[in-house]
Amino acid sequence: MSRIGVFVCHCGENIGATVDCARVAEISSALPGVVHSVDYKYMCSDPGQNLIKDAVKDKHLTGVVVAACSPRMHEPTFRRACAEAGLNPFLCEMANVREHCSWVHEKGEPTTQKAADLVRVLVEKVKRNRPLRPIQVPVTKTALVLGGGIAGIQASLDIANAGQKVILVEKDPSIGGHMAQLSETFPTLDCSQCILTPRMVEVAQHPNITLLSYSELESLDGFIGNFKARIRKKARKVDEKLCTGCAVCTQKCPQKKIPSKFNADLGMRTAIFVPFPQAVPNKPVIDVENCRYFKTGKCAICQKLCPAKAIRYEQEDEIIEVDVGAVVAATGFDVVNTDFFPEYGYGKYPDVINGLQFERLASASGPTLGEIRRPSDNKIPETVVFLACAGSRDHAKGIDYCSKICCMYTAKHAMLYRHKVHSGKAYVFYMDIRAGGKMYEEFVRRAIEEDGARYVRGRVSRIYERDGKLIVKGADTLLGGEPVEIQADLVVLATAAVASPGAEELAQKLHISYDSYKFFSEAHPKLRPVETNTAGIFLAGACQAPKDIPESVAQASGAASKVCGLFSQDQLSREPLIAAVNRTAPPQFSTCTGCFLCESVCPYRAIEREEIKARDGKVLKTVARVNPGLCQGCGTCVAVCRVKAIDLDGFSNNQLYAEVRALA
Amino acid sequence: MRVAYFPGCSLQGSAREFDESLRAVAARIGLELVEIPDWNCCGASSGHAVDHLLSLALPGRILALAERTGLEDLLVPCSACYNRLVTTRQDLIDDRKVKAEVCELIEMDLKLSVRVRNIIEVLKEVMEAGNFQGIQTPFTHKVACYYGCLLVRPHKVVKFDRAEEPQTMDEMMQAIGAEPIDWAFKVECCGAGMTLARTELVAKLCARILDDAEGREAEAVITACPMCHANLDMRRGDIEKAAGRKFDIPVMYITQAIGLALGIDPGRLGLDRHMVPVVFKSMQQQPGVSESPA
Amino acid sequence: MSLQTATVENSLAEELYRSTGQSVARCYQCGKCSAGCPLAAETDYPPSQILRLIQFGDDRLDQKALGSLTIWQCLTCQTCSARCPQEVDLPRIMDFLRQESWKRGPIHPQAKNIVAFHRSFLGSIRMTGRMFELGMIADYKRRSLKFFQDVLLAPKLLMRGKLHFLPHRIQGTKAVQRIFDRALEKKGATR
Repeated sequence: MSRIGVFVCHCGENIGATVDCARVAEISSALPGVVHSVDYKYMCSDPGQNLIKDAVKDKHLTGVVVAACSPRMHEPTFRRACAEAGLNPFLCEMANVREHCSWVHEKGEPTTQKAADLVRVLVEKVKRNRPLRPIQVPVTKTALVLGGGIAGIQASLDIANAGQKVILVEKDPSIGGHMAQLSETFPTLDCSQCILTPRMVEVAQHPNITLLSYSELESLDGFIGNFKARIRKKARKVDEKLCTGCAVCTQKCPQKKIPSKFNADLGMRTAIFVPFPQAVPNKPVIDVENCRYFKTGKCAICQKLCPAKAIRYEQEDEIIEVDVGAVVAATGFDVVNTDFFPEYGYGKYPDVINGLQFERLASASGPTLGEIRRPSDNKIPETVVFLACAGSRDHAKGIDYCSKICCMYTAKHAMLYRHKVHSGKAYVFYMDIRAGGKMYEEFVRRAIEEDGARYVRGRVSRIYERDGKLIVKGADTLLGGEPVEIQADLVVLATAAVASPGAEELAQKLHISYDSYKFFSEAHPKLRPVETNTAGIFLAGACQAPKDIPESVAQASGAASKVCGLFSQDQLSREPLIAAVNRTAPPQFSTCTGCFLCESVCPYRAIEREEIKARDGKVLKTVARVNPGLCQGCGTCVAVCRVKAIDLDGFSNNQLYAEVRALA
Repeated sequence: MRVAYFPGCSLQGSAREFDESLRAVAARIGLELVEIPDWNCCGASSGHAVDHLLSLALPGRILALAERTGLEDLLVPCSACYNRLVTTRQDLIDDRKVKAEVCELIEMDLKLSVRVRNIIEVLKEVMEAGNFQGIQTPFTHKVACYYGCLLVRPHKVVKFDRAEEPQTMDEMMQAIGAEPIDWAFKVECCGAGMTLARTELVAKLCARILDDAEGREAEAVITACPMCHANLDMRRGDIEKAAGRKFDIPVMYITQAIGLALGIDPGRLGLDRHMVPVVFKSMQQQPGVSESPA
Repeated sequence: MSLQTATVENSLAEELYRSTGQSVARCYQCGKCSAGCPLAAETDYPPSQILRLIQFGDDRLDQKALGSLTIWQCLTCQTCSARCPQEVDLPRIMDFLRQESWKRGPIHPQAKNIVAFHRSFLGSIRMTGRMFELGMIADYKRRSLKFFQDVLLAPKLLMRGKLHFLPHRIQGTKAVQRIFDRALEKKGATR
């Protein structure tokens, strides 16, 4: 016998001004199965909750319907109240008479009737609710951080310092990411490597962090708290345990003319190489595609000369399997190359470079040891033109968004150039100046007012080369579109920030959403910036969207705190409103026919196959089984199941039919 | 290869040598030109400056006449006519209402099935089919290939070559033995239809073009547009006045260069109709006699 | 502000949108068109400024755009739209402004001879179906009073066979005349 209690909330004026709550309570009291029906000003308040608790106890209620706001607001509040009164919390339902009624209609009789209808529907539903227990899932307290840039490093350190274990996977031979390539960082002009390398060393030495460099994620299976990752440790062709980092091999390697990725193709490296002097780990790697030994079988000088006998040409890739409880994606970004621009020469002019290449020129450890020199003839440029918004905010080129960091680093580049070449002229062609961070606007003003960077508002239509100079054809829109032509020695394009290569494949391996630009999607753009829609997988840094270092670090710490929150429990409690495939008595065992249509439509890969065996081990039937740890209760499987063998607790077929019939 | 042929008004008048050299070369390479009967002017830039519907109807009539030949391809050597025909065809494909209005105006039906082709892509197609074996005198000169503004724009509609720094003409010149230079004014406008109303402007723009080509040691400017040729050649006097210096560099149509390479008599290529004598610094070629420039 | 067109009611920009589908709201005034326009340095309002004049939605500024030298001096070379990051069809907008300026004025005093050229050109086509260069030039000189322009050039062209003394009348001349008369009868452009 049902004994349902109905509680109608006025929500101050939100509901009360449009809906006649007292009447709704009165109408509801006459519903079959309802033994208690009241209205009150603020149900979520303490006295309001006490109304529920008292009624549960005094009237021995078997179910509660609270007609109020959206369950997204207060369902946990009222469920807790019921639990405290001794009623299973899943026997409490909310009828949304605010967002679905009072907030979208005018005051009047039809609106009150609609509210009463909504209550009636929920009463019919709650009569069919089952008491449920939250599901407990164990948690492996190891985090997997993908990407060893500043975001990955920060997240790893935060998690490790909280006492949890971290596995940091980085695909390049060294950690550090793009931040290691920068010369000085805005707005403080700190030397980038000086502030980064202590953290890199800390990561390498931290007892809780296992650093897998020159490695990539092969596959990820499982669910929150219980992931299984397979990581490919690529073969360096060097035994890391024996190598002392003496660098004799890199000095003696005869293959010296390979464009260095770390130097953004402005400098060369050898076939056996360490990407930069401060690399962590400071162990070389052999680029087998360009190594003479691997191409021709001759050479092997590194092996002959290595004092530690650490070279291992036969070394193979190794697959490592680890169990982790959470994953942090911190795979960073990339910048577009100069060949992206037909109007600026299709990348054929060596003296038209992008921002990252300028960073390498300005870096003390770069190909020109920190002197700004033209890549073509190594001369010092007397006129440098910087183009902001090169590729960004450009619908025609397919990149509609703003890359966020370029206004700031362009001002920085102009400043660095002027600091290094006092007689040099720096022009910046811009559309807007986006300097919203702390001390950012002051930084840009300093570039203009103190360091003499000449800012011209307008985009550049074309760049071509004539007699060793680059002719830059721009315009000054503040002067009415007046054409401005500058003969430059060097042109720096602040090119668009885009997703790093392989981002789409990685997102698919992790089963996280990504947008049309291949940036990873956060769970909610405002309120959940470090989570994804996949439970247990978090985001940090520029892989989510272009951002600067302070934001990457902040987001990384945010992701770390989510991971630590997850790891703070030994078991995870999950809402039991999930699907289940029915089980019946033998010989049927289940009405499921094993078609597995549910498996193919489940967005969370929560459906597994279960073999039902006879006592002798013979497989009698293979049916579907819902993994309670992964299921998010979306109901897609219930909708497609042709025999209705799968049902959703809390939104069962019976309940939904009852709700619809209640309206008829 | 058989194509419908729309010469356009200039090729009958001031750009006669383009038509002559094209016909001479076509005969040699197996390209059959079927001139559309009773064609009208496409309206050029005046049409679309004055009335939108008129600017679609005039090319529309040409497309309808071309369809009636039953041929798939319509060769349009003049860049301006080519641009008008390609964009009109696309506009009529995109908007059925406008197409109906145009059909009503021209009193003819339009299937819009004919492919509008420019001279460079047709010559390239013939070349690739292997019909250029008759290169008798390789055109061993440094040339600046000048495409002009209307041949490659709007890129999404014309879909020909690259929008900046196109390469097809350069490749063809290479195939006949020339050395195309990399230069900065391949698609910069010469001044187009302003030749009468704004002569000094045209002179200024053409001076820049010739200055770049000559500065990079080109021996000739090769062009595929009668308007560009007229501005760079006929207006040479005005250009020299505007620039305050002399420019000797000759301007040739691509069909004339190919014609020379194929060994066709210079007289049949109309080289003597130019204002600027077609004479090269390296005396490997003696293409023909011309009067001295104005 | 009309939400449908994102333009000020009854402004030139709204008319532009209704007849061509081009929305001036797309332009964020980056100036790349002016930077690449071969004529930007030789004209009163560079292309990005013409767009700004009609973007504002004020009648006085609209009139400035219609009465500008730029719209008539425009070479229609399409360099602007080839590089515009927002894919604004500036050539189409220029066509619209020219057509409006032709229909209802104003026309910049220095552009009068350019308009005269168009009249001569179209007049020639209307008469014979094709351009009769000698006739067109004569008519242009009459309208623009530039009798001595190119007098030295003309004989040279005649000698080289580049100019014909007589026009070629196509058979479909009447059909072409009908196209002209009926097209110009209909008010304004369709999209």
